[in-house]
Amino acid sequence: MPVINMDELTDKDKAVMEVTQLKLEVKLERWLTSKCCEEVKDYIQAGEEEDTLVKGISEDKNPFKEKGGCVIF
Amino acid sequence: MGEMEELRKEMENLKDQITAARKTFQDTTLQEAASGVTVVGRVQLKTRKTLRGHLAKIYAMHWGTDSTLCVSASQDGKLIVWDSITTNKVNAIPLKSSWVMTCAYAPSGNLVACGGLDNMCSIYNLKGKDGNVKVMRELAAHTGYLSCCRFLSDTEIITSSGDCTCVLWDIETGTEKMVFAGHQGDCMSLGVSPDFKFFISGACDFTAKLWDIREAQCRQTFSGHESDINAIGFFPNGNAVITGSDDATCKLYDLRADQELITYQDSSIMCGVTSLAASKSGRLLLAGHDDFNVNIWDMLKSERVGVLAGHDNRVSCIGVSSDGMACCTGSWDSFLKIWN
Repeated sequence: MPVINMDELTDKDKAVMEVTQLKLEVKLERWLTSKCCEEVKDYIQAGEEEDTLVKGISEDKNPFKEKGGCVIF
Repeated sequence: MGEMEELRKEMENLKDQITAARKTFQDTTLQEAASGVTVVGRVQLKTRKTLRGHLAKIYAMHWGTDSTLCVSASQDGKLIVWDSITTNKVNAIPLKSSWVMTCAYAPSGNLVACGGLDNMCSIYNLKGKDGNVKVMRELAAHTGYLSCCRFLSDTEIITSSGDCTCVLWDIETGTEKMVFAGHQGDCMSLGVSPDFKFFISGACDFTAKLWDIREAQCRQTFSGHESDINAIGFFPNGNAVITGSDDATCKLYDLRADQELITYQDSSIMCGVTSLAASKSGRLLLAGHDDFNVNIWDMLKSERVGVLAGHDNRVSCIGVSSDGMACCTGSWDSFLKIWN
């Protein structure tokens, strides 16, 4: 299957492609943003406690802990 | 001329219909929905490791699925596979073309890939019989630079290109299986869904597109950015998309609502976003900018809660390991840093 060369398409070809695509997208079934926001919030809150970058990690449990060396206070 | 006029009118009409439809489903914003949530405390990540070895700008990095090994690509003409815990270089692979723009680690850990101004995606086998890492395939067909690549498996990889298309390749035969055309500007970045059924692409036409891999079909198009989208990724649950743009903002688009839920922006941030990654739970968004910094956002409250400052030049790439334990940044200063 040859790669489509966008340079070879005429302006009309590109416009037809876009209209065809828009006709598909106009028919999409959409959810209310309230439902989607709830899901995003629930997902985040379910995983937050285990999220190292949010909660931090103790030195002894950190696989990336710096070894030895001097600590300047 | 009449035909183009008609097509343009039809286009505008359809776009207006889509805008109106999206409005009727917009009954709240993420900020309103999260109004009862307390903002995350100040996030202060420390550099735990610095990976030194590249001799020129680093353009890309990608974590392996084991959360320990990672691969980086630099315009010094090398791909380096690092053990991020020991900082040892597991492999240093010399490239035919030093103009590399992207790299990827296969989920299996067996292969890595890279590409750039050579318009090709080169696949390397890390587990060859004699221990030497060699080019396994050179995937050539794009007529523009390779901006990004991501493995679906050891036999399939998806690439995005400056020729405005994305391609699904059969690695064994070295041929194109599917072509994803529709963007009207260079494709800059791509991300694969957690279930491997979809991928998203961000382009210089300011839009992001969601593609059904098996049907080679664009399912949804997201607009709103005012400049090129340089970075894109799935929100960890696979139902939303995060984009980063030259317009200095990041956006979160929900796939089911088919629209933007929130924009992460601040009047003090004027530099384009080069790279982004979400923390494991999705609470934090780390965004790398042209101004050498990485901004850390609370994704629910849309507030900046931290900054990673440590590089002496542009942060070109960023990735959070799959177990969420650390974040890696790569920079034009030639170093990679591991933070947590």
